[in-house]
Amino acid sequence: MHEPDAEIVQFDNVGLRYGTGKEALTDISFTLYPGRFYFLTGASGAGKTSLLKLLYLAQRPSRGLIRMFGTDAITLPRERLPGFRRRLGVVFQDFRLVQHLSAFDNVALPLRVAGVAEREITKPVDEMLDWVGLGDRRQARPATLSGGEQQRVAIARAVIARPDMLVADEPTGNVDPDMALKLLRLFESLNRLGTTVVVATHDVHLIQKVPESLIMRLDKGRMSDPTGALRYPPRRAAPAADTVLSAAGRDAGGGPPLGFAAK
Amino acid sequence: MNPAALFGRSRDGDPGLLPDPRLGSPMPWVIAIVIALTVIAAASGLGLRNAASRASADLNGGVTVQIISAAPAARNQQADAALALLGRTPGVAGAQRVAQDQLDTLLAPWLGTRPGDSIDDLPIPALIDVRLDGAATPDRVKALQDAIAAVAPAARVDAQAAWLTPVFRAIATLQWLAGGLIALLTLATIAAVVLAARNALAGQRETIEIVHMLGGTDAQIARVFQRTAAMEAAAGGTIGLIAGVVAIVVLSQQFSALGSGMVAGAVLGWSDWVLIAAIPLCGVVLAVLTARLTVLSALRRML
Repeated sequence: MHEPDAEIVQFDNVGLRYGTGKEALTDISFTLYPGRFYFLTGASGAGKTSLLKLLYLAQRPSRGLIRMFGTDAITLPRERLPGFRRRLGVVFQDFRLVQHLSAFDNVALPLRVAGVAEREITKPVDEMLDWVGLGDRRQARPATLSGGEQQRVAIARAVIARPDMLVADEPTGNVDPDMALKLLRLFESLNRLGTTVVVATHDVHLIQKVPESLIMRLDKGRMSDPTGALRYPPRRAAPAADTVLSAAGRDAGGGPPLGFAAK
Repeated sequence: MNPAALFGRSRDGDPGLLPDPRLGSPMPWVIAIVIALTVIAAASGLGLRNAASRASADLNGGVTVQIISAAPAARNQQADAALALLGRTPGVAGAQRVAQDQLDTLLAPWLGTRPGDSIDDLPIPALIDVRLDGAATPDRVKALQDAIAAVAPAARVDAQAAWLTPVFRAIATLQWLAGGLIALLTLATIAAVVLAARNALAGQRETIEIVHMLGGTDAQIARVFQRTAAMEAAAGGTIGLIAGVVAIVVLSQQFSALGSGMVAGAVLGWSDWVLIAAIPLCGVVLAVLTARLTVLSALRRML
């Protein structure tokens, strides 16, 4: 497979140690290219969340080199971090919604932080909430939403600004299979628009739904398939997956509302 | 005023980052107390400065000539001679003998005014109030003393300002004390705002981390705390200013009732009132700056 020249992320012998304990990640090396869809798999405790934290710049590595968007992310001055983070969309495993804000305001937050005018926020946020099935819960606070609803708000928040790279930690863990497919379609649509997608999941069925995806596997803090060459499952015929996803899309009443990105 | 309305939702470009990040409900009251004390200290300092400056201006060119003689005839003769000399002396703007009834009034509290008392027979010095056309420097007083001694050997010449030198020193000390109090109150304000901002930050830590992860800048987060600090300081400052001014007015009325010439000079001018009115504004600026620096410093320790 031909790889584009400019990598979006490059890890080189990265290690991560919390405090004085043993390394949570050891000798991690891989490259992510723009516009690709990656799954990160591994057993619980393999280090998936730690690796994602490095990817969304919530953690500095203990050693090694990380380049993101063509820049050394380790020596990146602190004042440049917000600019980098605005190019990322993150779905946290524990959602991390802002409790005092409504679902609408949570989804609008990345746009507001980026300085998007208020009049340009309402329509895309409403459309996104409709898409994830929360159109009637706009004003609900996170505490009043179910786990699945909170997860959908978190996903809507992560994709609303159409990031260059989406990093999702078990993004479909709390939703039913139909909604999981729908959300996956959202990620794929974003991916087709050029966003690099990295999804950490245990869910083999979810991986099967994206035949073009590349898989990175973590095992006890080490990357066992850094190039994604060991694909799992074997590539399926694209139409089959498309059929499933299209069906999910039809149920939702059309494609995801990703034409609003505020870059 | 409902801070949640400002901070819970987007308004004027505020991204609605944090819930009502009140620095702590006692903050406006702490600020109010500090501002009230600062207003009183500043008013005291300014009043003392005005009193000293007015007294100094009044006494600056003032010289008192005392004819200290037990014999009334000699006393009067020397007093007349001294007056005549002073009338011819260059640099003397005016000279006037203090009338006997004025002396009696001055001495009455000590010597009594019962019917039948006569203080005319007492060997009280004759006093001549002299105004020079400039400051009564030691050299000029000495020259005057020498000149008068020729016609009035019992004369003693004193610069009036010299009598009040200890008073001026005390006033200067009190002014420094007022300045020191203001400095301490400023430090107290800073300390209170730092503590309150740190507490508020600790309470908002998780939300701040999320906002950071979404690309929020330290400045955006700090602005929310600055606005809260400004609002709380403005509320506290207004209360403090009102309380302080009420205290000043009551105190000034009570001091006016003393009828002391020096205290009467401790009047605040319009420029003083402008300065006093600016104290709450300074408090707001101080609180905002302190909150900003505290928050930015704490945020810098986060990734």
